[in-house]
Amino acid sequence: MARGIKDKVAILGMGCSQFGERWEAGAEELMVEAFSEAMTDAGIDQSQIDAAWFSTHYEEINVGKGGLPLSIALRLPNIAVTRVENFCASGSEAFRGAVYAVASGACDIALALGVEKLKDTGYGGLPGNLGGTLTPQWAANGSAPGNFAQLASAYRAKHRVNRDDLKRAIAHVSVKSHANGVKNPKAHLRKAITENDALNAPMIAEPLGLYDCCGVSDGAAAAIVTTPEIAKRLGKTNIVSVKALQLALSNGSEAGHNSWDGSYFHTTRIAAAKAYNEAGIDKPRDQVSMFECHDCFSITELVTMEDLQLSPEGGAIKDVMNGFYDADGQIPCQIDGGLKCFGHPIGASGIRMLYEMYLQLQGRAGERQLAKPSIGMTHNLGGSPMSNVAAVCIIGAYD
Amino acid sequence: MVGITGFGGYLPRLRLARKAIVAAHVWADPGLQGKAKGERTMCNWDEDAVTMAVEAARNCLAAASSPPDVVAFASTSAPFADRQNAGVIATALSLGDDVASIDVGSSQRAGVSALLQGIAGVRSGLYRSALVVASDKRRTKAASAGELAYGDGAAAVTIGERNPLLEFVAAHSSTIDFVDHFRASGEEFDYGWEERWIRDEGLAKIVPPVVTKALQKAGLKPSQLDHFVMPSTIGRAVAGIARQIGIPDKAVRDNLDAVCGETGVAHPLVMLLHALETSIEPGQTVLLVGFGQGCDAAVFRATDAVAGVAGDRGIVAALANRLEETNYQKYLAFNELITLDKGMRAERDDYKTALTVTYRKRDMLLGLVGGRCTQCGTLQFPRSDICVNPQCKAMHTQEPFSFRDEPASVLTWSADYLTYTANPPSHYGMITFDNGGRFMSDFTDVDVGEVEVGMAVRMMFRVKSYDHLRRFVRYFWKAVPIRAGAAQSKAA
Repeated sequence: MARGIKDKVAILGMGCSQFGERWEAGAEELMVEAFSEAMTDAGIDQSQIDAAWFSTHYEEINVGKGGLPLSIALRLPNIAVTRVENFCASGSEAFRGAVYAVASGACDIALALGVEKLKDTGYGGLPGNLGGTLTPQWAANGSAPGNFAQLASAYRAKHRVNRDDLKRAIAHVSVKSHANGVKNPKAHLRKAITENDALNAPMIAEPLGLYDCCGVSDGAAAAIVTTPEIAKRLGKTNIVSVKALQLALSNGSEAGHNSWDGSYFHTTRIAAAKAYNEAGIDKPRDQVSMFECHDCFSITELVTMEDLQLSPEGGAIKDVMNGFYDADGQIPCQIDGGLKCFGHPIGASGIRMLYEMYLQLQGRAGERQLAKPSIGMTHNLGGSPMSNVAAVCIIGAYD
Repeated sequence: MVGITGFGGYLPRLRLARKAIVAAHVWADPGLQGKAKGERTMCNWDEDAVTMAVEAARNCLAAASSPPDVVAFASTSAPFADRQNAGVIATALSLGDDVASIDVGSSQRAGVSALLQGIAGVRSGLYRSALVVASDKRRTKAASAGELAYGDGAAAVTIGERNPLLEFVAAHSSTIDFVDHFRASGEEFDYGWEERWIRDEGLAKIVPPVVTKALQKAGLKPSQLDHFVMPSTIGRAVAGIARQIGIPDKAVRDNLDAVCGETGVAHPLVMLLHALETSIEPGQTVLLVGFGQGCDAAVFRATDAVAGVAGDRGIVAALANRLEETNYQKYLAFNELITLDKGMRAERDDYKTALTVTYRKRDMLLGLVGGRCTQCGTLQFPRSDICVNPQCKAMHTQEPFSFRDEPASVLTWSADYLTYTANPPSHYGMITFDNGGRFMSDFTDVDVGEVEVGMAVRMMFRVKSYDHLRRFVRYFWKAVPIRAGAAQSKAA
């Protein structure tokens, strides 16, 4: 019976481009930027890469279809390159492909790279998705902020939270991330904000204001993975291995069946439970050292803390306001600024999350370095609360 | 006895204050100041002649014991010149494939003409019952007389032989090519002639002979007529014609100018419904006039059944469901009468409609028909091959189920200022149906700050989006708050 991939795959090298409004760079340049750093970190030659997984979401405004854009931009040696797309969880999906290739024994060394060039649209905010031939004929006319804002009305109704208290809690989430972003030279947004800044910001989708929404950024991130044995043979020290990698996708029940109350992510709960099981973690609140979760919107982060079993049901607001997730709290969340401030180039984000967890575990996080982290977790989610892809990845020191 | 067996009305919720229109134009025409009175009905951006007709017909059929055999749709502002508009209405109401349909237009008397043809069809035995719905949303030039005088609205009646409210007695028609105004095919706006000529050469000479003959056929003297229902935007013209014919002053029915405006081909029926709901008593006689390149006149006699007429689906309830609009620019924007910078988010590329999909899913998209699992009973929208119930997931077990009149409420919501909408912010949220089923729905006709978790909503038929490039209109259903006193259609 299959028991997962715990400790079967190690991270050999990672790279991440500068995130932000990269007017001077196209997707091709961003891919090379992340790839170069990963290659230098891995200390290998390009000819040693056996296969690659490529993630980008809005291919129509980025690079076009298929795996060719990556193969061409990096001049890969005529290897397999698979383009994957799973909304904002695409980066985790690319990592999964590379990791499974190594874990299965099909490849010695595999590459996962995600990129998104969002700033060629001509306007601010995420562009809408096309959705095929049927969905646009009936689906509600929404946007990402409006879709995720739905969580707020449901969470408030379920846990009897008044609007002011919720606004202050989600403001704290963003204030915390901004404070962390200040210490990250690669982040898109690097200025601190106050609670008042967040509370008084222009409304985007009730109750989310400007500072409740993550940055819209260009960027790329890459990971090179191999077996722990090969990593050791190549001279890698402080080896970081993958402990768990689980995805869960909606099947329409949240959107069409009255069993879901709208206030949490049904899929995150499933993916997290499976990931903890795969990694052998039974007390997440005690055992997880740090995590990056999908803070596309502050409300998403808030409910996700409960979905990941780090806060008790209905207890996230209290933990947030107590600083439990701040940089100096018990479980720092978004220590690199998160989607909020590092930015959210969609195809790259899942890998960027791993980049910070990896640097922290290797003791290379500079000003942001946490004391002795042992387990880093990423939560990467794409879609909307009622229909989505949840990916949970756990990495840690290889024993 | 063939006659009108049921009725339903629909007026858009918004009421554009005439003072707002006048304020915009009085600089150019000081004479307009005298017209700054009352209000006219104004469609939301997502309403048109077909959506209003669906709502009026829905109200009308809510009390019907069986569906009609024929649907007649009358309008001079039908969205499609070649695509059966009555067919869209029939599909929206799930009347089934075996129903006849006809679109009637091209003249302001089209509503009454359609009514007469419906009556003829039932009297001849060709149809058992007919649904006649008249609806107009006319485009007017800024600063035109019509902009002030017209309203948007729809009215529907059923015609049958069982227990009519208004028994049909007699009718007469004339066809005279009197061009008081015209609009060529494909053109947006009317072109009209001088009002005094229309009143003196047209109305005063064309209407009386027809009305007189209709009354003669009905065996009635003009002085005996109880209700004279005739629309006109020309002040006091109808009162003058009544006097000319010998119809008593008190028989002349209110044209609702102060609270509605003249709703085109719908207006004779809108006025008739209003009279039916407020003043027609058993045994009284009613004469209905349509004028436009000739005249249609129909005489009815009220039966005892008019005494029990319930008022929540007609024009009285529609008039009560009102929200004043004082922003004239919004009227221009909703009707695309000015060139607005809509922003780049409006430049979506998915407006091209795959007609194969529209057809395959027509009951879902037009009729809000989902599914009911015959294995576990779960209701779901949309219908699918595999049941959505996580405990069931049976394959190929769903039968069609209509959500149109199912009670529903708001589970979650947001007001989105980012996405493009013609009426920002875009309100949408998860609505759950009391008996099962849910989906993320657009809301419409909501006021900012009004939406709350748990709020009761009803589904209404609206424009989903306009494809301005190919000129196609997509329809779907949206959630609207249930407000006390508003016209509501209940499941029969």
